[in-house]
Amino acid sequence: MQPSITASNLYKIFGRNPRRGVGLLEKGSSRQDLRDQGLTAAVIDASFEVSPGEIFVVMGLSGSGKSTLIRMVNGLLPPTHGEVTIMGDRVTAIPEKELRRIRRERVSMVFQHFALLPHRTVGENVAYGLAVRGMNRTEREERAERALAMVDLAGWGGYRPSELSGGMQQRVGLARALAAETDILLMDEAFSALDPLIRRGMQDQLIELQQKLDKTILFITHDLNEAMRLGDRIAMMRDGRIEQIGTAEQILNDPASNYVAQFVQDVDRTRVLTAGSIAEPPYAVLGTEQGPRTAHKLLRENQPSWLLVVRRDRTPAGIVWEDDVAAAVRDGRDDLPWSDVHEMPVVTHDTPMNELFGLSAQHRSPIVVVDDDGRVTGVIPRVTLLAAIGADGGAA
Amino acid sequence: MIPLDTGFMPRIPLGRWAEDGIDWISDNLDWLLAAIKVGLGSANDLLVGALLAVPPLVMIILLAFIAWAARSWRMALGTVVALLLVMGLNQWDHAMETLGLVLIATVTAIILAIPLGIWAARSSTVSAITRPILDFMQTMPAFVYLIPTIIFFSVGVVPGLVSTVIFALPPGVRLTELGIRQVDRETVEAGQAFGASPGQILRGIQLPLAVPSIMAGINQVIMLALSMAVIAGMVGADGLGKEVVGALSTINTPRGVEAGLSIVVLAIYLDRVTAALGAPANHPRSLFRMISAARAKRAAASA
Repeated sequence: MQPSITASNLYKIFGRNPRRGVGLLEKGSSRQDLRDQGLTAAVIDASFEVSPGEIFVVMGLSGSGKSTLIRMVNGLLPPTHGEVTIMGDRVTAIPEKELRRIRRERVSMVFQHFALLPHRTVGENVAYGLAVRGMNRTEREERAERALAMVDLAGWGGYRPSELSGGMQQRVGLARALAAETDILLMDEAFSALDPLIRRGMQDQLIELQQKLDKTILFITHDLNEAMRLGDRIAMMRDGRIEQIGTAEQILNDPASNYVAQFVQDVDRTRVLTAGSIAEPPYAVLGTEQGPRTAHKLLRENQPSWLLVVRRDRTPAGIVWEDDVAAAVRDGRDDLPWSDVHEMPVVTHDTPMNELFGLSAQHRSPIVVVDDDGRVTGVIPRVTLLAAIGADGGAA
Repeated sequence: MIPLDTGFMPRIPLGRWAEDGIDWISDNLDWLLAAIKVGLGSANDLLVGALLAVPPLVMIILLAFIAWAARSWRMALGTVVALLLVMGLNQWDHAMETLGLVLIATVTAIILAIPLGIWAARSSTVSAITRPILDFMQTMPAFVYLIPTIIFFSVGVVPGLVSTVIFALPPGVRLTELGIRQVDRETVEAGQAFGASPGQILRGIQLPLAVPSIMAGINQVIMLALSMAVIAGMVGADGLGKEVVGALSTINTPRGVEAGLSIVVLAIYLDRVTAALGAPANHPRSLFRMISAARAKRAAASA
């Protein structure tokens, strides 16, 4: 599938004769070397691809170049070197008119400080992108009202932005981008100016909207928790360079550099890690059609105190315990000695780790992890769960 | 020892060069000078004629109403009292002549200043070139402008008008440029990000958001024009300025005080009204604001 956004070897350098800086950086000069020559390297050799329907988060502290990066994607800043394409079409080094057409039809943007027009009403702000295209009034008012309804602001169209709270203003900013009905949404620190509680609500709303609208979203943030919550994939930026691109779990479990490792060490791992990522394969699995003797043999060979029993279609049937199996063999029974099927908690692989603790406390048996079709992918004994909280790549 | 001899520095005939330049202009551009003279002169005659054709009491009520619309009923009341005073000092006709001159000069200055300010805001080169020229225009003693303008237009209202425009122009350019440059960068970016053309951004975002600054510039232009209008009296422009100049040359205290006081009344009136127009939010009790607030309330109620 064609990627929605590609960026290849993007450089942005500010100062006199910036192209000189690209050559210096390629030859191995550091950012500081350039600064001594009066050049500021904001983005250095950044490459990434964003797939349709993906939320791609660029995460970095202030000065890491992330705002410069997002501005090169829709051509607000021309790159010093490198190329950006939007749905296969170049947006770098093209005439202004062509660039405006792409912005009108394909990419909209949400800004950190909302960037609403104070002299226009909320409705007119939302319809701004449509008015710019020359859409007639009735049609754009209708679409603006629909976009406002999507962000729960139906009926607020007649107010001025200044009459709304910060969170509401940013929902207007979001509605303005949604009203443009572009496939791609750029969000530049969109929630950073909001209170933590409101920020959380906005994140939820964005996730909810994304499930309905299936946009391609490039999201910039300096908040790691926000990045982990929203991002299908995350690019970690530092000093103008992308240090690592990966899912939240990849970044947590396998940081590409010390910087990333230090950065993520304070993250609440239990929110990010999922059952699937910490589950381990069961020592041994028993089929439902097999009897107590096979069970006894497996238990003797592997020395666990329990066995996971699965059906032919790999869905979990239950857990049998060592004591019960031994008793059944003694009694010469042919059926498996179920102690209590309900004692086996089953979760899907994408359940966050912080939801597993309660289950683990209530049940003696390990947590069984299944995929979307209900097939067993692994088990999480209590010991494994505890070990997963402590393990963080050896950084602690 | 420092040589006291100044002979090492040759005399630079800058003044002569300026004179040559002015002679050249009056010899070769007389068609342009004639057009300016006819244009500005007839515009001024027309406006002053109109201002004087209206009965003073009607004019006072009209100006008071403008004050109420822009600021408050108190300002309107003050306007009535102050303008009756001008009538009582027998300076009404002169005041209207000065008002006409100030308005024509202001409109001309604004027509030149706003596009120039926009251009300077969009191009740093233009900004760098205009800045020293504006400094020059503003600091050159105002009287100096009168010399070439008399050569160009002979005595009368037109040389006064032209030197008033030159003197009053700079703050209009400066504050227009400043207002546009001060518009929040993100807001301009928002316009660009949604595909607006530079013209759409200028008309829809930059100019509306620069209005307070531009209005402050217009206010400054008017105040400078008024101060220059008095000096214009020296070259024969009719109005309060001519009265003051006349009073000065005959050491006539009563005439000077009465004309001077009338200028103060005009100045305060123009300043307060234009300042209020620039910042309507600060004047919630102006007629204009009360009407728009009532309309907004009705719209909200019906929605």
